[in-house]
Amino acid sequence: MTAVLIFGLANSMGLALMAIGFSFIFGISGIANFAYGALYILGASIAYLLFTFLGLPYWAAVLASLVIMSIIAAIIYYIAIQRVRGAILSEVIVTMGIGLVIIEILRWTGFGGSNQAFLPSFIAGGLTIGGVGIENQRIFVVGVGLVLFLLLWLVTRYTKIGLALRAISQDELTALSLGLNNDRLAMVAMGIGTIISVIAAVSIIPLGFLSIDSGYEVLVFALAVGVLGGLGSTPGIIAGAFVLGYLQTLASAYLGPQWMMVVTFLAIVLVLLIKPSGIFGKQKELEERV
Amino acid sequence: MAKEEEKQYRRERIDRGINARSSDIFALSSWREIVYLVSPRVLPMIALLALPLIFQLGGSFYWAKVVVILAIVAILAMSWDLLRIAGMFSLGQALFFGTGCYIAGSLSYYLHWPIYLTIPAGALGGAILGTSLLMGTLQLRGIYFAMVTLAFPLLLVKVIQATAILGGTAGLAAAPFPNYWVAAYLAIGALMICLFGFRRLIDSDWGLVVRAIGQDDVAVIASGINVRGRKIQVLLISSGASAFAGTLMTHLVSYAGLSSFALEYSILPVASVVVGGGGNFAGALLGAGLLTFATESLRTLGSLRIALYSLLMVVFALGVREGIFPYIRRRYHQFERRVAVD
Amino acid sequence: MNDEPMLKVVDLSKHFGGVKAVDNVSFEVNEGEFLGIIGPNGAGKTTLLSVITGFLKRDTGKVFYQGKNITGLSPYKICELGIARTLQMVRPFYNLPAFKNIIIPLCSPRAIKKSGAKYGERDDIALDYMEEVGFERDSSVPYKPAGVLPHGYVKRLELARALAMQPDLLVLDELFSGMSMSEVASTMFIIEKLRERGMTIIMVEHRVKELVRVASRLLLLNFGKKVIEGSPMDVVNSPVAIETYLGSSEEVE
Repeated sequence: MTAVLIFGLANSMGLALMAIGFSFIFGISGIANFAYGALYILGASIAYLLFTFLGLPYWAAVLASLVIMSIIAAIIYYIAIQRVRGAILSEVIVTMGIGLVIIEILRWTGFGGSNQAFLPSFIAGGLTIGGVGIENQRIFVVGVGLVLFLLLWLVTRYTKIGLALRAISQDELTALSLGLNNDRLAMVAMGIGTIISVIAAVSIIPLGFLSIDSGYEVLVFALAVGVLGGLGSTPGIIAGAFVLGYLQTLASAYLGPQWMMVVTFLAIVLVLLIKPSGIFGKQKELEERV
Repeated sequence: MAKEEEKQYRRERIDRGINARSSDIFALSSWREIVYLVSPRVLPMIALLALPLIFQLGGSFYWAKVVVILAIVAILAMSWDLLRIAGMFSLGQALFFGTGCYIAGSLSYYLHWPIYLTIPAGALGGAILGTSLLMGTLQLRGIYFAMVTLAFPLLLVKVIQATAILGGTAGLAAAPFPNYWVAAYLAIGALMICLFGFRRLIDSDWGLVVRAIGQDDVAVIASGINVRGRKIQVLLISSGASAFAGTLMTHLVSYAGLSSFALEYSILPVASVVVGGGGNFAGALLGAGLLTFATESLRTLGSLRIALYSLLMVVFALGVREGIFPYIRRRYHQFERRVAVD
Repeated sequence: MNDEPMLKVVDLSKHFGGVKAVDNVSFEVNEGEFLGIIGPNGAGKTTLLSVITGFLKRDTGKVFYQGKNITGLSPYKICELGIARTLQMVRPFYNLPAFKNIIIPLCSPRAIKKSGAKYGERDDIALDYMEEVGFERDSSVPYKPAGVLPHGYVKRLELARALAMQPDLLVLDELFSGMSMSEVASTMFIIEKLRERGMTIIMVEHRVKELVRVASRLLLLNFGKKVIEGSPMDVVNSPVAIETYLGSSEEVE
């Protein structure tokens, strides 16, 4: 039982980390970035390549990856997303397509398949809490999550750019009329979201191995958490992450590991059928009113 | 003194002479007009019907099979386009496809039903099941509907894996088609029925209401139409067609398995319509044909194939105003020229 | 003529968050009457209409139409019973030609029942309705995509769409907003003709002057509450009405 509690906590924080980037982008700019999972795994892959083949010290590889990924995210926004912004169908098609291209090309280059690629943990080893053995890295994930959420909160509350981002998330038209450059800000949001996803990637992947399919899985997790908790609302994401995290851990422990994904997809489907706006959903009604 | 001004040009599109000469009854005025009107409709159909003959009798059995797969993908694409026109943006045609696959496969494997029973049962069952599952989501905003449709097939995959029902990860063995010709002409026949049937539907008043729903469903509700009911009708048709495509696949490869719910069967229809042009179903067919043939050569490279048609999908979604079919149609009926702006 | 009022609204309330948009409103409309609903911006007029016609769910209260309780019915069912409504935020089908916009309501169950028209016949009927709101069928207007039409035209198209459902009760929501003076005059003429034919009409409007001429009764709404109801002259000249409008930049002419 204690094991479930502890692993559930770590799992939840991991999910929260994965989801917050996606939710951030969606909440601020209204763009559902279906390439999110691809960027997650791409960031991890770049860090891996720099570390393994260029011999950079790990922290430098991670940093470099963060920089590279934010540039890539900005480029993707500029070339692709900006053009179709507003047309939901096209946004999804374009982001999903880009995600697919990235993931499948990565897969084709032979990554994360039979040659298992590993990312090093930041803190090796493990400890025992309440009689349960747990890797240090899991605790690290929890720590990173807390720090990240604190940072996000501070930035959006207390900096100018944070204020601007909140402005366009509330009412784009008004923000535009106030002189804010919505596209620039959306690009910034995209960059921040992607950076968060890479941080999540390098924290979580060391717990297992670098697998290309996690590009798809992470998107699903982000969607599930977002739908459960309410996309665009940070407390909602945290709440959703914990609900899903514990549901997953319980299912995995008592039903079997393959039920974890069942529970995840079931969460998406059931929530959207019953209460689409989620627990803390920002949109009160997802249906249109006259 | 008047300054020399630079001439500015704009593009002007004018109907071709023969287009104007072949409107209404005047089409019968000479053979040229009749050929002009009839050939774009008839020639591709003849070509489609001829392809199986050409490949199979010519000995390229592989490409003969590709023709059947082309038909299957085309049906998927056309049914996706139908949903899209109604304003339902589905990222999960694979749900209907896989359901049809599994129903036909199960009936074949467990009950040993012959294919002339499994196929209609699969199509019907897929329609009913698929529609029932999605009925509760019809009022959702576009993005959430897309998410639900994305999640459903993946959910079913995990459920089947976890519970090991219906053959679990291994799948079910199903009866094959008695011979190639049945498969090919059943598929192509169904394709034509879908193509012409969907077109007639969309051109009718029923279809007009559907198109209006896709644009603005609140306005349609305010016009006294039961929008939810109409959407359900469209969903039934689309899911039925996709499920039918699934049953074809099952008997083509004698197998029904988890791969039928794969993301690929949700994305290929989208890519086909984006590349070929939406709204007229011929574009869906054209896109499906192009993508199937273009990427078949990359089948050995597996994931690169998916990357390729995804890339095409993105490029067309971004850079191209209209799909290939509308472009061809426009050039056929009109010509462009540059005209000085006065 | 039966003595049951055509429309009876009883204690209707609707709130959004903390704001009561409609606050215990009750009124009746008899067959053949023309009820004008007026009030300053934000008084809750459109919300009231949306609740009555089923587009919003009410919090409390009931709506009866021809004796039947229609509270909570979906909008299309209410249309089927005979209430047609124009939308304040006009939403034409931008890409469709104007007259095809009208074919949509012609496909509604009620219109099919009343006109018995089949596929192919509806084009003509749609053009008839366009003529009824002032667009000649041999002009180019019916064939232009609705999205390129000027605002005033779109509003008349909206009226035609409502008429195509052959309602017994016509609910007009700010039909005149955005129309030029001459358009208002000609549209008013059309509405008066409808009135003469016996149509029951509820009209929400800002332009009180026109309403005063044709309405049989006026209802003044403010802050979601019914302020006063009565004959047009009584309402317009009442001290409460003047007080209601004094606060806003509008003048009752």
